[in-house]
Amino acid sequence: MRAARPPLVIAALAAIGVAFFALPLAGLVYRVSWQSALSDLVTPEALSALRLSLVVSVAATVLGLLLGVPLAWMYARVAFPGRNVVRALTTLPMVLPPVVGGVALLVAFGRRGLVGEWLDAGFGLRIPFTTAATVMAATFVSMPFLVLTVEAGIRSVDRRYEEAARTLGASQWRIFRQVTLPLVAPSLFAGAVLCWARALGEFGATITFAGNLPGVTQTLPLAVYIGMETRPEVAIALSLVLVLVSLGVLVALRDRYLRLD
Amino acid sequence: MSSSRSPAVQRPRTKTKGSRRVHIRRLFAVALVVVAAACGGASQPATSSLAPTGAPTPEPLAGAVTVFAGSSLTDAFKKAGDQLKLKYPGTDYRFNFGSSSTLATQIINGAPADVFASADDTNMQKIVDAKLNDSAPAFFVGNRLEIAVAAGNPKQIAGFADLAKPGLIVVLAAPPVPAGKYALEALQKAGVTIKPASQEVDVRAVLNKVALGEADAGIVYVTDVMSAAAHVTGVDIPEQHQVIARYPIAIVRDSKNPRLAKAYVDYLLSAEGQRLLAEFGFSKP
Repeated sequence: MRAARPPLVIAALAAIGVAFFALPLAGLVYRVSWQSALSDLVTPEALSALRLSLVVSVAATVLGLLLGVPLAWMYARVAFPGRNVVRALTTLPMVLPPVVGGVALLVAFGRRGLVGEWLDAGFGLRIPFTTAATVMAATFVSMPFLVLTVEAGIRSVDRRYEEAARTLGASQWRIFRQVTLPLVAPSLFAGAVLCWARALGEFGATITFAGNLPGVTQTLPLAVYIGMETRPEVAIALSLVLVLVSLGVLVALRDRYLRLD
Repeated sequence: MSSSRSPAVQRPRTKTKGSRRVHIRRLFAVALVVVAAACGGASQPATSSLAPTGAPTPEPLAGAVTVFAGSSLTDAFKKAGDQLKLKYPGTDYRFNFGSSSTLATQIINGAPADVFASADDTNMQKIVDAKLNDSAPAFFVGNRLEIAVAAGNPKQIAGFADLAKPGLIVVLAAPPVPAGKYALEALQKAGVTIKPASQEVDVRAVLNKVALGEADAGIVYVTDVMSAAAHVTGVDIPEQHQVIARYPIAIVRDSKNPRLAKAYVDYLLSAEGQRLLAEFGFSKP
């Protein structure tokens, strides 16, 4: 079936919209020095940032799954009082400027922070400037994407399957593991990938809360930012890697798992 | 449903498939033209702002300038802007503070700066090499390094040697940032190697990490310690390990307001401007 021909104004504005997103990408492709792109990507600083970003984004996704899936289930299945407020609270980082998230993390988990002071005094635990801080910053900004995706998935599950399992004597825990989770596997996967992609791109909260040290807290986006002043060709090559990975994620998800249309 | 829909909107639906395709193609052509016009429009004001500069008789200074300056200049430059506002009513001064290396990169990539003040010669040289300066860079002020520690110096840090102690959290500015480069030079002179916990994006970020108590020490400028005297204490660096920062300033090419840009630079170089900078702890260049 063919869609109706779009009105001139809408099509023109839409084309400008596409150009707005396509031109920066074209700029990166244009500026990349293809001869040296590969050697730029295997410089020690680029490699260490790539490695750290991989570790941090995967850790943030695992943490997101561990904490986010139960949260999504609670939102979808338990009508506890204040649910909307709590959901808003846990998805706030989606709309919050990441640097504000970083400041918030710092005043909570920093050495003089609400919890951090106690962690330092009681256990000698200091979070800022560590890879753990980088993981926390990434989880903080990325988990909401997973929670919302999985919650929508659980809501769309036909509750009769769960009811049937219950009448057969399955415990709530067993129903969750063996009925609900397999049924929401596609949204689980989509949520995890979105979460991972967002964690990979995290910058503002990281540089504020975790600082910037190669090999410890300098993830890809931080390396791009710092590198733009010293080795622009490396920064541009790394940027292109980030763009391609993110683009790949969105294209794959849209086609296979996200039912946006 | 909207009953007020104009029949003119519906009429073209009767067109054939072939003309529809042509139509779509034309749409993209239109869109491209619109985008091109928008791009051209952005650079238009730069060339059409002849009005304030083209007049032969000296008109009173007016309008605004945007000053890009190393973050260590934050407080002093804002004060200078306030002074000039009193001197030349109707003028306005906008600032973009950051590491001189970030600012140089921004200017090279076309950021609309009228004045650039760098905390080192290296980053000013990038602007000169790109032929983006409109006046020869002039050294207008100097600065010295100092170790910033928590107010009252609870960890009793006496000098560079103490910074290498295990368990101490030390932050520096990143190596491309002037303050980071100077700090490494000074540490090298002292023969001390430290493992920084973080390489911050500019010197004020280093200062803030110490002021917030997240870092035990940071290497910053004397002027930064003065600006945060309530939260941090400065520890002197002996003369033989000291690195003196010299700050150049220049008017940026294609400034939309070169007269006011020159007025700002001239003020900083004047006796009055130098007195103001000295109040913030800056030394002679």
